[in-house]
Formats: sequence, C-alpha cells, structure tokens
Amino acid sequence: MSSEDLRYRPPVPVFWWTRKPSYLVFVLRELSSLFVAWLVLYLLLFVRAVGLGEEAYADFLDWATTPWLVALNVIAFAFLVLHTITWFSLTPQAMVLDVGGRRVPPAAIIGAQYAALAVVSAFVYWLVTR
Amino acid sequence: MKFRVEPFLWLAFSGGGVMAAMLLPVLVFLFAFAFPFGWLDPPDRAHLAAVVGHPITFLVLFGAFVMMLVHAAHRFRFTLYDGLQVKHRFLVAAACYGGAVVGAFLALHMLGSAT
Repeated sequence: MSSEDLRYRPPVPVFWWTRKPSYLVFVLRELSSLFVAWLVLYLLLFVRAVGLGEEAYADFLDWATTPWLVALNVIAFAFLVLHTITWFSLTPQAMVLDVGGRRVPPAAIIGAQYAALAVVSAFVYWLVTR
Repeated sequence: MKFRVEPFLWLAFSGGGVMAAMLLPVLVFLFAFAFPFGWLDPPDRAHLAAVVGHPITFLVLFGAFVMMLVHAAHRFRFTLYDGLQVKHRFLVAAACYGGAVVGAFLALHMLGSAT
C-alpha cells in the first residue's frame, strides 16, 4: 500500500451532524464558543461604559433592554448554560483523580464543580453589590 | 525535541473553558439581565469603577477574558474544521486566533479605561 492510500479520507457531508441528536448536541456545544466570545465583548462594553461616566453608564443599562440585544443575550446565555453543564460533565473523563489509592467517583468531581460555581457566583454577587 | 504551540493552545482552551463555566454565568446574569431590568438595584457607577480598578480584579478579569477568548477561538476553529468541513485550515486558524489577539488588546484597553 502506498502512502497515498493511507492519506485517503472519505468525504464527509457538510450536514453530517444533523443525522443524530447526539451529533447535533455536539455541534451546538462547540458553537457555544461564539456566544462565549460575544458575552466577553458585551461585558467589556459594560466596563467601558462604567469608565465613561454616569451618563454612559445609565445609557448602557437602557441599551441593554433593547429587544434585539435581549434576544441575543438570552440565546447566548442558553448556550453558556449548555457549555457549563457539558464542561462539568466532561471533566471526570479528562481528569482522573486518585485519593488514598482510590479513584474519586465522577459524580463527586461533577458535584464539586457545581459547589465551586455556587461559591464563585456568591462571591461575585457580594463583591458587586456590597 | 521540536517545540509545538498546540499543547499550549489546548491548555488555554481548558483554562478558558473553566473560566467560562464558573465565572461567566453570574457576570452575565447580573450585568445582562438583573441590573438592566431592575430585578436587582444596579450598583453605583463609582463602586463598580472602584471594583474594576482594583489591581487584583483587573488582573483576574483580564486573565479570565483573554483565556475565554482563546478558548472560544480554539473551539470555533475545530467547529469549522470538523463541524462545517471548512478546509482552509491556515485561513481559519489565522482568523480565529487573530480575533482572540484583537480581543485581548480590546480587553486591555477597555479595562484600563475604566480605572
């Protein structure tokens, strides 16, 4: 067999991921990346408004209730939730933890991440609103 | 041993993925929904400026935002390769990571302007 044969890859249709629900979830999960990038940009715009002064800050809070922006942020937040859930569920597969020679059960690793999420969220809420 | 950049991209992808999962939901909930819609009283602008201007907050936010952007760029690169079967591999990588680099400068500028 020549090296050309080893390099052959059968063509894959563009919409292969519509064939099974699990493929679709995979592609949706990967597409969460676009919405993560958008949400970072949105938060940076918020920070910029904070720096510009009282009027810009009030204007930004108003602008954030514009219907198209609310729709975009709701969709982005839904993708972010998908990212968080799938990320936490995949962690035990990517990271095997041993404590005292015994493997930490995957459910414990997943649970610990949700606990950390709660702690981080509570801290940010306290820092922002105190 | 040949130096490879790919492992570092995967490292940033993981770090950014953790940041996006842990830190982003509460920030988006507060700043995209709770404060604009008045579910919670929006904090004083001066207080927010002081929080963002603190060196520790600045470093944490800058580091987290940059890692999240690299995470997004890396993941979207493979979405285009594998999901949508885009074959222009160099162009896709340049556009994705280029976007993340532009975003990193934007983050530095905007976080700096708030202090």
